[in-house]
Amino acid sequence: MDLFLVVATIVKVALVVVVVISAVPVLTWVERRGSAFMQLRLGPNRVGPLGLLQPLADGIKFMFKEDIVPPFVYRPFYVAAPAIAFVAALLAFAVIPFGGTLMIDGREIPLVILDLDVGVLFLLAASGMGVFGIILAGWASNNKYSMLGGLRSSAQMISYELSLGLALVSVLIYAGTLRPTEIVEQQIGGTWNVFPLFVGFVILLVSAFAETNRLPFDLPEAETELVAGYHTEYSSMKFSMFFMAEYINMITGSALVTTLFLGGYALPFQRSVFEGWLGLEGNLLAVLQLASFTLKVGFFMWLYVWVRWTLPRFRFDQLMRLGWKILIPLALVHVVWASLLVMWGVPA
Amino acid sequence: MTALAAVAIGVVSLQWVVLLVIAAVAIAGALVVVLHRSPVVGAMGLVTNLLCVAGIYVLLNAYFFAALQVIIYAGAVVVLITFVIMLLNLRPEARGGPGLVPIGLAVLLGLALIVVLGRPLLEFSAPTAEAVAPEFGSVRQVGEALFTEYFYPFLAVSLALLSAMVGAVLLAKRHLED
Repeated sequence: MDLFLVVATIVKVALVVVVVISAVPVLTWVERRGSAFMQLRLGPNRVGPLGLLQPLADGIKFMFKEDIVPPFVYRPFYVAAPAIAFVAALLAFAVIPFGGTLMIDGREIPLVILDLDVGVLFLLAASGMGVFGIILAGWASNNKYSMLGGLRSSAQMISYELSLGLALVSVLIYAGTLRPTEIVEQQIGGTWNVFPLFVGFVILLVSAFAETNRLPFDLPEAETELVAGYHTEYSSMKFSMFFMAEYINMITGSALVTTLFLGGYALPFQRSVFEGWLGLEGNLLAVLQLASFTLKVGFFMWLYVWVRWTLPRFRFDQLMRLGWKILIPLALVHVVWASLLVMWGVPA
Repeated sequence: MTALAAVAIGVVSLQWVVLLVIAAVAIAGALVVVLHRSPVVGAMGLVTNLLCVAGIYVLLNAYFFAALQVIIYAGAVVVLITFVIMLLNLRPEARGGPGLVPIGLAVLLGLALIVVLGRPLLEFSAPTAEAVAPEFGSVRQVGEALFTEYFYPFLAVSLALLSAMVGAVLLAKRHLED
Protein backbone atom coordinates (compact mmCIF):
# COMPACT_ATOMS: atom_id res chain seq x y z
CA MET A 1 0.00 0.00 0.00
CA ASP A 2 1.57 3.26 -1.00
CA LEU A 3 1.48 6.58 0.76
CA PHE A 4 -0.78 8.23 -1.81
CA LEU A 5 -3.59 5.76 -1.17
CA VAL A 6 -3.24 6.10 2.58
CA VAL A 7 -3.39 9.89 2.46
CA ALA A 8 -6.30 9.84 0.00
CA THR A 9 -8.26 7.48 2.24
CA ILE A 10 -7.60 9.52 5.36
CA VAL A 11 -8.67 12.71 3.58
CA LYS A 12 -11.84 11.02 2.33
CA VAL A 13 -12.74 9.67 5.77
CA ALA A 14 -12.09 13.02 7.43
CA LEU A 15 -14.12 14.89 4.81
CA VAL A 16 -17.09 12.54 5.04
CA VAL A 17 -17.12 12.57 8.83
CA VAL A 18 -16.91 16.37 8.94
CA VAL A 19 -19.56 16.86 6.25
CA VAL A 20 -21.97 14.33 7.72
CA ILE A 21 -21.61 15.62 11.28
CA SER A 22 -21.86 19.27 10.28
CA ALA A 23 -24.91 18.47 8.16
CA VAL A 24 -26.75 17.65 11.39
CA PRO A 25 -27.05 21.24 12.69
CA VAL A 26 -28.12 22.41 9.26
CA LEU A 27 -30.79 19.73 9.23
CA THR A 28 -32.08 20.69 12.64
CA TRP A 29 -32.40 24.24 11.34
CA VAL A 30 -34.29 22.95 8.29
CA GLU A 31 -36.47 20.86 10.56
CA ARG A 32 -37.40 23.75 12.85
CA ARG A 33 -37.85 26.36 10.15
CA GLY A 34 -39.64 23.82 7.95
CA SER A 35 -42.08 22.88 10.67
CA ALA A 36 -42.68 26.54 11.39
CA PHE A 37 -43.32 27.16 7.69
CA MET A 38 -45.89 24.34 7.62
CA GLN A 39 -47.62 25.60 10.75
CA LEU A 40 -47.63 29.26 9.69
CA ARG A 41 -45.09 30.21 12.36
CA LEU A 42 -41.71 31.86 12.00
CA GLY A 43 -39.48 29.43 13.88
CA PRO A 44 -36.05 30.38 15.24
CA ASN A 45 -35.06 33.51 13.29
CA ARG A 46 -33.14 35.62 15.79
CA VAL A 47 -29.63 34.15 15.90
CA GLY A 48 -27.78 35.11 12.75
CA PRO A 49 -29.29 35.67 9.31
CA LEU A 50 -32.53 33.65 8.92
CA GLY A 51 -31.72 32.06 12.27
CA LEU A 52 -28.95 30.03 10.62
CA LEU A 53 -26.68 30.31 13.65
CA GLN A 54 -29.35 28.90 15.98
CA PRO A 55 -28.01 25.31 15.73
CA LEU A 56 -24.55 26.60 16.60
CA ALA A 57 -25.94 28.27 19.71
CA ASP A 58 -27.77 25.06 20.56
CA GLY A 59 -24.59 23.05 20.13
CA ILE A 60 -22.65 25.33 22.47
CA LYS A 61 -25.49 25.11 24.96
CA PHE A 62 -25.37 21.31 24.83
CA MET A 63 -21.68 21.30 25.58
CA PHE A 64 -22.02 23.52 28.63
CA LYS A 65 -25.06 21.79 30.10
CA GLU A 66 -24.48 19.79 33.24
CA ASP A 67 -23.92 16.12 32.43
CA ILE A 68 -26.27 14.41 34.87
CA VAL A 69 -25.84 10.71 35.52
CA PRO A 70 -28.82 9.62 37.63
CA PRO A 71 -28.19 7.24 40.53
CA PHE A 72 -29.11 3.56 40.09
CA VAL A 73 -28.25 3.48 36.40
CA TYR A 74 -26.03 0.66 35.14
CA ARG A 75 -23.09 2.91 34.49
CA PRO A 76 -21.02 1.00 31.87
CA PHE A 77 -23.96 0.62 29.53
CA TYR A 78 -25.42 4.01 30.36
CA VAL A 79 -22.20 5.66 29.20
CA ALA A 80 -21.56 3.31 26.27
CA ALA A 81 -25.05 3.48 24.76
CA PRO A 82 -24.85 6.96 23.14
CA ALA A 83 -21.40 6.15 21.80
CA ILE A 84 -22.61 2.88 20.27
CA ALA A 85 -25.54 4.60 18.59
CA PHE A 86 -23.32 7.39 17.27
CA VAL A 87 -20.46 5.22 16.01
CA ALA A 88 -22.77 2.71 14.33
CA ALA A 89 -24.58 5.54 12.56
CA LEU A 90 -21.32 7.00 11.25
CA LEU A 91 -19.90 3.61 10.28
CA ALA A 92 -22.84 2.74 8.06
CA PHE A 93 -22.10 5.65 5.74
CA ALA A 94 -18.68 4.23 4.84
CA VAL A 95 -19.91 2.10 1.94
CA ILE A 96 -22.04 4.78 0.28
CA PRO A 97 -20.51 5.98 -2.99
CA PHE A 98 -21.02 9.75 -3.14
CA GLY A 99 -19.42 10.49 -6.47
CA GLY A 100 -17.66 9.01 -9.49
CA THR A 101 -13.87 8.92 -9.71
CA LEU A 102 -11.73 11.96 -9.17
CA MET A 103 -8.42 12.29 -11.06
CA ILE A 104 -5.64 13.84 -9.01
CA ASP A 105 -2.07 13.84 -10.27
CA GLY A 106 -2.90 11.16 -12.82
CA ARG A 107 -4.29 8.81 -10.18
CA GLU A 108 -7.89 7.71 -9.88
CA ILE A 109 -9.62 8.24 -6.55
CA PRO A 110 -13.03 6.60 -6.27
CA LEU A 111 -15.34 8.79 -4.18
CA VAL A 112 -16.32 6.09 -1.73
CA ILE A 113 -14.58 5.22 1.51
CA LEU A 114 -15.00 1.46 1.50
CA ASP A 115 -15.69 -0.17 -1.85
CA LEU A 116 -16.67 -3.60 -0.52
CA ASP A 117 -18.15 -6.36 -2.65
CA VAL A 118 -20.64 -6.94 0.19
CA GLY A 119 -21.18 -3.22 0.73
CA VAL A 120 -24.95 -3.36 1.10
CA LEU A 121 -24.62 -6.04 3.78
CA PHE A 122 -21.98 -3.97 5.59
CA LEU A 123 -24.45 -1.12 5.81
CA LEU A 124 -27.14 -3.43 7.19
CA ALA A 125 -24.70 -4.87 9.73
CA ALA A 126 -23.48 -1.49 10.93
CA SER A 127 -26.94 0.01 11.27
CA GLY A 128 -28.09 -3.19 12.99
CA MET A 129 -25.49 -2.58 15.70
CA GLY A 130 -27.01 0.85 16.31
CA VAL A 131 -30.10 -0.80 17.78
CA PHE A 132 -28.02 -1.89 20.74
CA GLY A 133 -27.33 1.73 21.58
CA ILE A 134 -31.06 2.36 21.95
CA ILE A 135 -31.86 -0.90 23.75
CA LEU A 136 -28.98 -0.48 26.19
CA ALA A 137 -29.91 3.14 26.86
CA GLY A 138 -33.43 2.03 27.67
CA TRP A 139 -32.30 -0.77 29.94
CA ALA A 140 -29.38 0.91 31.68
CA SER A 141 -31.39 4.05 32.55
CA ASN A 142 -33.38 2.08 35.14
CA ASN A 143 -36.53 4.01 34.28
CA LYS A 144 -39.75 2.41 33.12
CA TYR A 145 -40.33 4.92 30.34
CA SER A 146 -36.83 4.43 29.00
CA MET A 147 -37.26 0.68 29.22
CA LEU A 148 -40.54 0.79 27.31
CA GLY A 149 -38.91 2.99 24.69
CA GLY A 150 -36.03 0.55 24.30
CA LEU A 151 -38.41 -2.40 24.08
CA ARG A 152 -40.59 -0.70 21.49
CA SER A 153 -37.52 0.20 19.53
CA SER A 154 -36.22 -3.36 19.39
CA ALA A 155 -39.63 -4.75 18.41
CA GLN A 156 -39.96 -2.11 15.73
CA MET A 157 -36.46 -2.62 14.38
CA ILE A 158 -36.85 -6.40 14.16
CA SER A 159 -40.18 -6.04 12.35
CA TYR A 160 -39.11 -3.46 9.82
CA GLU A 161 -35.67 -4.91 9.22
CA LEU A 162 -37.47 -7.80 7.51
CA SER A 163 -39.28 -5.67 4.97
CA LEU A 164 -36.18 -3.52 4.55
CA GLY A 165 -34.10 -6.62 3.91
CA LEU A 166 -36.60 -8.02 1.43
CA ALA A 167 -36.73 -4.71 -0.45
CA LEU A 168 -32.93 -4.82 -0.61
CA VAL A 169 -33.05 -8.42 -1.83
CA SER A 170 -35.22 -7.44 -4.78
CA VAL A 171 -32.74 -4.73 -5.79
CA LEU A 172 -29.81 -7.09 -5.36
CA ILE A 173 -31.49 -9.78 -7.46
CA TYR A 174 -32.20 -7.19 -10.13
CA ALA A 175 -28.69 -5.78 -10.08
CA GLY A 176 -26.95 -9.12 -9.58
CA THR A 177 -24.34 -7.59 -7.30
CA LEU A 178 -23.90 -6.44 -3.70
CA ARG A 179 -21.37 -3.72 -4.50
CA PRO A 180 -22.96 -0.26 -4.25
CA THR A 181 -20.64 1.30 -6.85
CA GLU A 182 -21.58 -1.38 -9.38
CA ILE A 183 -25.29 -0.87 -8.70
CA VAL A 184 -24.82 2.84 -9.42
CA GLU A 185 -22.80 2.23 -12.58
CA GLN A 186 -25.49 -0.12 -13.86
CA GLN A 187 -28.09 2.58 -13.34
CA ILE A 188 -25.93 5.09 -15.22
CA GLY A 189 -25.77 2.63 -18.12
CA GLY A 190 -29.48 1.75 -18.04
CA THR A 191 -32.48 3.17 -16.24
CA TRP A 192 -32.74 4.08 -12.59
CA ASN A 193 -34.02 1.19 -10.48
CA VAL A 194 -36.96 3.21 -9.22
CA PHE A 195 -38.80 2.65 -12.51
CA PRO A 196 -38.80 -1.16 -12.75
CA LEU A 197 -38.83 -1.62 -8.94
CA PHE A 198 -41.14 1.16 -7.79
CA VAL A 199 -42.84 -0.93 -5.09
CA GLY A 200 -39.48 -1.89 -3.62
CA PHE A 201 -38.55 1.80 -3.53
CA VAL A 202 -41.68 2.62 -1.52
CA ILE A 203 -41.15 -0.32 0.86
CA LEU A 204 -37.53 0.65 1.46
CA LEU A 205 -38.50 4.27 2.08
CA VAL A 206 -41.22 3.36 4.60
CA SER A 207 -38.92 0.88 6.36
CA ALA A 208 -36.17 3.50 6.51
CA PHE A 209 -38.57 5.84 8.32
CA ALA A 210 -39.32 3.07 10.81
CA GLU A 211 -35.66 2.13 11.27
CA THR A 212 -34.69 5.71 12.04
CA ASN A 213 -37.53 6.09 14.58
CA ARG A 214 -38.94 9.07 12.74
CA LEU A 215 -42.57 10.11 12.71
CA PRO A 216 -44.98 8.53 11.92
CA PHE A 217 -43.03 5.68 13.55
CA ASP A 218 -41.35 7.46 16.45
CA LEU A 219 -42.93 5.26 19.12
CA PRO A 220 -39.64 4.57 20.94
CA GLU A 221 -39.61 8.23 21.99
CA ALA A 222 -43.29 9.10 21.83
CA GLU A 223 -43.44 12.25 23.99
CA THR A 224 -47.10 11.96 24.88
CA GLU A 225 -46.71 8.43 26.22
CA LEU A 226 -43.11 7.91 27.30
CA VAL A 227 -41.76 11.37 28.24
CA ALA A 228 -38.86 10.97 25.80
CA GLY A 229 -38.53 7.20 25.56
CA TYR A 230 -35.09 5.65 25.65
CA HIS A 231 -33.22 8.96 26.13
CA THR A 232 -35.37 10.30 28.98
CA GLU A 233 -32.51 10.10 31.49
CA TYR A 234 -29.85 11.56 29.21
CA SER A 235 -28.66 15.12 29.24
CA SER A 236 -25.93 17.31 27.80
CA MET A 237 -23.63 15.80 25.15
CA LYS A 238 -24.88 12.27 25.78
CA PHE A 239 -28.36 13.29 24.70
CA SER A 240 -26.83 15.23 21.86
CA MET A 241 -25.10 12.08 20.61
CA PHE A 242 -28.42 10.21 20.37
CA PHE A 243 -29.83 13.21 18.59
CA MET A 244 -26.96 13.32 16.10
CA ALA A 245 -27.12 9.54 15.61
CA GLU A 246 -30.75 9.85 14.59
CA TYR A 247 -29.98 12.52 12.01
CA ILE A 248 -26.94 10.66 10.70
CA ASN A 249 -29.10 7.56 10.34
CA MET A 250 -31.56 9.64 8.36
CA ILE A 251 -28.75 10.81 6.08
CA THR A 252 -27.52 7.25 5.60
CA GLY A 253 -31.06 6.00 4.95
CA SER A 254 -31.59 8.72 2.35
CA ALA A 255 -28.23 7.92 0.79
CA LEU A 256 -29.11 4.21 0.65
CA VAL A 257 -32.45 4.86 -1.07
CA THR A 258 -30.69 7.22 -3.47
CA THR A 259 -27.92 4.75 -4.25
CA LEU A 260 -30.15 1.76 -4.80
CA PHE A 261 -33.10 3.34 -6.57
CA LEU A 262 -32.33 6.84 -7.81
CA GLY A 263 -29.01 6.20 -9.50
CA GLY A 264 -26.85 7.33 -6.57
CA TYR A 265 -24.45 9.98 -7.84
CA ALA A 266 -25.70 9.59 -11.43
CA LEU A 267 -26.81 12.72 -13.23
CA PRO A 268 -30.18 12.48 -14.97
CA PHE A 269 -29.61 11.49 -18.62
CA GLN A 270 -25.91 11.33 -17.85
CA ARG A 271 -24.86 9.25 -20.86
CA SER A 272 -26.92 11.09 -23.48
CA VAL A 273 -26.87 14.71 -22.29
CA PHE A 274 -23.93 15.28 -19.98
CA GLU A 275 -21.39 12.90 -21.47
CA GLY A 276 -22.69 12.82 -25.06
CA TRP A 277 -24.11 16.22 -25.85
CA LEU A 278 -22.11 18.42 -23.46
CA GLY A 279 -19.06 16.17 -23.64
CA LEU A 280 -18.27 16.40 -19.93
CA GLU A 281 -15.67 14.09 -18.40
CA GLY A 282 -13.13 13.76 -15.63
CA ASN A 283 -13.16 15.95 -12.56
CA LEU A 284 -15.90 18.32 -13.73
CA LEU A 285 -18.23 15.36 -14.18
CA ALA A 286 -17.24 14.00 -10.76
CA VAL A 287 -18.02 17.32 -9.09
CA LEU A 288 -21.38 17.52 -10.86
CA GLN A 289 -22.10 13.96 -9.73
CA LEU A 290 -21.26 14.90 -6.15
CA ALA A 291 -23.71 17.79 -6.42
CA SER A 292 -26.34 15.49 -7.91
CA PHE A 293 -25.90 13.03 -5.04
CA THR A 294 -26.16 15.80 -2.46
CA LEU A 295 -29.33 17.16 -4.05
CA LYS A 296 -30.99 13.73 -4.12
CA VAL A 297 -30.09 13.02 -0.50
CA GLY A 298 -31.23 16.53 0.37
CA PHE A 299 -34.60 15.83 -1.20
CA PHE A 300 -35.11 12.77 1.00
CA MET A 301 -34.01 14.70 4.06
CA TRP A 302 -36.68 17.27 3.25
CA LEU A 303 -39.14 14.40 2.80
CA TYR A 304 -38.36 13.26 6.35
CA VAL A 305 -39.21 16.74 7.65
CA TRP A 306 -42.24 17.03 5.38
CA VAL A 307 -43.70 13.71 6.54
CA ARG A 308 -42.93 14.40 10.20
CA TRP A 309 -44.99 17.57 10.24
CA THR A 310 -47.78 16.13 8.09
CA LEU A 311 -48.65 12.71 9.49
CA PRO A 312 -49.66 11.90 13.08
CA ARG A 313 -48.02 9.05 14.99
CA PHE A 314 -49.16 5.47 14.45
CA ARG A 315 -50.52 3.43 17.31
CA PHE A 316 -48.28 0.49 18.19
CA ASP A 317 -50.68 -2.19 16.92
CA GLN A 318 -51.11 -0.21 13.70
CA LEU A 319 -47.35 -0.06 13.32
CA MET A 320 -47.05 -3.83 13.76
CA ARG A 321 -49.94 -4.51 11.40
CA LEU A 322 -48.42 -2.32 8.70
CA GLY A 323 -45.07 -4.03 9.11
CA TRP A 324 -46.08 -7.66 9.32
CA LYS A 325 -49.34 -7.87 7.40
CA ILE A 326 -48.80 -5.35 4.62
CA LEU A 327 -45.15 -4.54 4.00
CA ILE A 328 -43.63 -8.01 4.38
CA PRO A 329 -46.13 -9.84 2.09
CA LEU A 330 -45.83 -6.98 -0.41
CA ALA A 331 -42.05 -7.19 -0.27
CA LEU A 332 -42.17 -10.95 -0.82
CA VAL A 333 -44.33 -10.51 -3.90
CA HIS A 334 -41.94 -7.82 -5.04
CA VAL A 335 -38.98 -10.18 -4.74
CA VAL A 336 -40.82 -12.53 -7.12
CA TRP A 337 -41.42 -9.57 -9.45
CA ALA A 338 -37.71 -8.70 -9.45
CA SER A 339 -36.84 -12.35 -10.16
CA LEU A 340 -39.31 -12.38 -13.06
CA LEU A 341 -37.67 -9.24 -14.47
CA VAL A 342 -34.30 -10.97 -14.32
CA MET A 343 -35.79 -14.08 -15.97
CA TRP A 344 -37.18 -11.96 -18.79
CA GLY A 345 -33.77 -10.40 -19.20
CA VAL A 346 -34.85 -6.84 -18.41
CA PRO A 347 -31.65 -5.68 -16.63
CA ALA A 348 -29.03 -5.07 -19.27
CA MET B 1 5.05 -2.92 23.03
CA THR B 2 6.82 -6.25 22.69
CA ALA B 3 4.14 -7.35 20.23
CA LEU B 4 4.71 -4.23 18.13
CA ALA B 5 8.44 -4.80 18.20
CA ALA B 6 7.96 -8.42 17.14
CA VAL B 7 5.88 -7.27 14.18
CA ALA B 8 8.45 -4.64 13.27
CA ILE B 9 11.29 -7.15 13.04
CA GLY B 10 9.03 -9.58 11.18
CA VAL B 11 9.00 -12.44 13.67
CA VAL B 12 5.20 -12.65 13.60
CA SER B 13 2.82 -11.22 11.05
CA LEU B 14 0.44 -8.41 11.94
CA GLN B 15 -2.40 -10.82 11.24
CA TRP B 16 -1.25 -13.04 14.06
CA VAL B 17 -1.24 -10.21 16.56
CA VAL B 18 -4.70 -9.07 15.46
CA LEU B 19 -5.96 -12.63 15.67
CA LEU B 20 -4.62 -13.04 19.18
CA VAL B 21 -6.24 -9.81 20.34
CA ILE B 22 -9.58 -10.76 18.76
CA ALA B 23 -9.41 -14.25 20.25
CA ALA B 24 -8.67 -12.88 23.70
CA VAL B 25 -11.64 -10.50 23.52
CA ALA B 26 -13.84 -13.32 22.21
CA ILE B 27 -12.92 -15.53 25.15
CA ALA B 28 -13.51 -12.66 27.56
CA GLY B 29 -16.95 -12.14 26.02
CA ALA B 30 -17.76 -15.83 26.32
CA LEU B 31 -16.71 -15.80 29.98
CA VAL B 32 -19.01 -12.84 30.62
CA VAL B 33 -21.89 -14.81 29.09
CA VAL B 34 -21.31 -17.69 31.47
CA LEU B 35 -20.24 -15.91 34.62
CA HIS B 36 -22.11 -12.62 34.87
CA ARG B 37 -25.24 -12.62 36.99
CA SER B 38 -27.21 -10.11 34.93
CA PRO B 39 -28.78 -11.61 31.79
CA VAL B 40 -28.55 -8.33 29.84
CA VAL B 41 -24.82 -8.04 30.51
CA GLY B 42 -24.54 -11.67 29.45
CA ALA B 43 -26.29 -10.89 26.19
CA MET B 44 -23.83 -8.06 25.54
CA GLY B 45 -21.00 -10.47 26.23
CA LEU B 46 -22.51 -12.69 23.57
CA VAL B 47 -22.53 -9.78 21.10
CA THR B 48 -18.86 -9.14 21.82
CA ASN B 49 -18.05 -12.77 21.24
CA LEU B 50 -20.01 -12.93 17.96
CA LEU B 51 -18.45 -9.72 16.68
CA CYS B 52 -15.02 -11.18 17.36
CA VAL B 53 -15.90 -14.26 15.34
CA ALA B 54 -16.91 -11.92 12.52
CA GLY B 55 -13.51 -10.29 12.91
CA ILE B 56 -11.83 -13.66 12.44
CA TYR B 57 -13.82 -14.14 9.22
CA VAL B 58 -12.54 -10.78 8.02
CA LEU B 59 -8.97 -11.92 8.73
CA LEU B 60 -9.65 -14.88 6.41
CA ASN B 61 -10.96 -12.46 3.74
CA ALA B 62 -14.43 -14.02 4.03
CA TYR B 63 -16.26 -10.68 4.10
CA PHE B 64 -19.60 -12.21 3.16
CA PHE B 65 -19.57 -14.55 6.16
CA ALA B 66 -18.45 -11.72 8.41
CA ALA B 67 -21.35 -9.55 7.27
CA LEU B 68 -23.84 -12.40 7.71
CA GLN B 69 -22.41 -13.17 11.13
CA VAL B 70 -22.97 -9.59 12.27
CA ILE B 71 -26.40 -9.17 10.67
CA ILE B 72 -27.90 -12.50 11.70
CA TYR B 73 -26.20 -13.47 14.94
CA ALA B 74 -24.92 -10.27 16.53
CA GLY B 75 -27.84 -8.32 15.08
CA ALA B 76 -31.11 -10.19 14.78
CA VAL B 77 -30.60 -13.09 17.19
CA VAL B 78 -29.14 -11.16 20.11
CA VAL B 79 -31.62 -8.30 19.68
CA LEU B 80 -34.33 -10.92 19.99
CA ILE B 81 -32.66 -12.40 23.06
CA THR B 82 -32.39 -8.99 24.75
CA PHE B 83 -35.97 -8.31 23.80
CA VAL B 84 -37.14 -11.46 25.54
CA ILE B 85 -34.94 -10.78 28.59
CA MET B 86 -36.40 -7.30 28.95
CA LEU B 87 -39.96 -8.43 28.29
CA LEU B 88 -39.73 -11.09 30.99
CA ASN B 89 -37.98 -8.51 33.19
CA LEU B 90 -35.39 -11.03 34.35
CA ARG B 91 -33.64 -9.98 37.53
CA PRO B 92 -29.96 -10.65 38.11
CA GLU B 93 -29.42 -14.14 39.46
CA ALA B 94 -29.88 -14.34 43.23
CA ARG B 95 -26.83 -14.67 45.46
CA GLY B 96 -25.58 -18.09 46.44
CA GLY B 97 -24.45 -19.92 43.33
CA PRO B 98 -24.51 -23.64 42.76
CA GLY B 99 -23.00 -25.97 45.34
CA LEU B 100 -19.67 -27.77 45.21
CA VAL B 101 -20.98 -30.91 43.49
CA PRO B 102 -22.40 -29.15 40.40
CA ILE B 103 -19.27 -27.00 40.09
CA GLY B 104 -17.06 -30.09 40.36
CA LEU B 105 -19.14 -31.89 37.74
CA ALA B 106 -18.98 -28.86 35.44
CA VAL B 107 -15.19 -28.67 35.73
CA LEU B 108 -14.90 -32.40 35.07
CA LEU B 109 -17.14 -32.32 32.01
CA GLY B 110 -15.35 -29.20 30.75
CA LEU B 111 -11.99 -30.92 31.02
CA ALA B 112 -13.42 -33.97 29.23
CA LEU B 113 -14.64 -31.72 26.41
CA ILE B 114 -11.22 -30.11 26.11
CA VAL B 115 -9.56 -33.53 25.90
CA VAL B 116 -12.03 -34.77 23.26
CA LEU B 117 -11.80 -31.60 21.16
CA GLY B 118 -8.14 -30.96 21.87
CA ARG B 119 -6.61 -33.72 19.75
CA PRO B 120 -8.30 -32.86 16.45
CA LEU B 121 -7.75 -29.16 17.18
CA LEU B 122 -4.03 -29.70 17.68
CA GLU B 123 -3.73 -31.69 14.46
CA PHE B 124 -5.82 -29.12 12.60
CA SER B 125 -3.73 -26.41 10.98
CA ALA B 126 -5.69 -23.20 10.67
CA PRO B 127 -6.10 -21.97 7.09
CA THR B 128 -4.49 -18.63 6.42
CA ALA B 129 -5.91 -16.01 4.11
CA GLU B 130 -3.20 -16.87 1.56
CA ALA B 131 -3.96 -20.60 1.62
CA VAL B 132 -7.64 -20.39 0.69
CA ALA B 133 -8.72 -19.48 -2.81
CA PRO B 134 -9.56 -15.78 -3.28
CA GLU B 135 -13.05 -16.81 -4.35
CA PHE B 136 -13.59 -18.63 -1.04
CA GLY B 137 -16.69 -17.51 0.81
CA SER B 138 -17.77 -15.08 -1.89
CA VAL B 139 -21.46 -14.47 -2.40
CA ARG B 140 -21.38 -16.31 -5.72
CA GLN B 141 -19.68 -19.39 -4.31
CA VAL B 142 -21.99 -19.64 -1.32
CA GLY B 143 -25.06 -19.14 -3.49
CA GLU B 144 -23.95 -21.78 -5.98
CA ALA B 145 -23.25 -24.28 -3.22
CA LEU B 146 -26.62 -23.58 -1.59
CA PHE B 147 -28.64 -24.01 -4.74
CA THR B 148 -26.83 -26.98 -6.27
CA GLU B 149 -24.90 -29.25 -3.94
CA TYR B 150 -26.83 -28.47 -0.77
CA PHE B 151 -30.21 -27.76 -2.32
CA TYR B 152 -32.18 -30.43 -0.42
CA PRO B 153 -30.59 -29.80 2.98
CA PHE B 154 -31.26 -26.09 2.40
CA LEU B 155 -34.93 -26.85 1.70
CA ALA B 156 -35.13 -29.10 4.74
CA VAL B 157 -33.75 -26.35 6.99
CA SER B 158 -36.26 -23.86 5.60
CA LEU B 159 -39.09 -26.29 6.29
CA ALA B 160 -37.83 -26.93 9.80
CA LEU B 161 -37.75 -23.17 10.48
CA LEU B 162 -41.23 -22.78 9.03
CA SER B 163 -42.65 -25.53 11.21
CA ALA B 164 -40.99 -23.97 14.26
CA MET B 165 -42.61 -20.65 13.39
CA VAL B 166 -46.04 -22.21 12.91
CA GLY B 167 -45.59 -24.07 16.19
CA ALA B 168 -44.72 -20.87 18.04
CA VAL B 169 -47.78 -19.09 16.64
CA LEU B 170 -49.97 -22.06 17.59
CA LEU B 171 -48.68 -22.14 21.16
CA ALA B 172 -49.22 -18.40 21.56
CA LYS B 173 -52.75 -18.64 20.18
CA ARG B 174 -53.73 -21.48 22.50
CA HIS B 175 -52.51 -19.45 25.43
CA LEU B 176 -54.63 -16.49 24.32
CA GLU B 177 -57.84 -18.49 24.12
CA ASP B 178 -57.62 -19.80 27.67
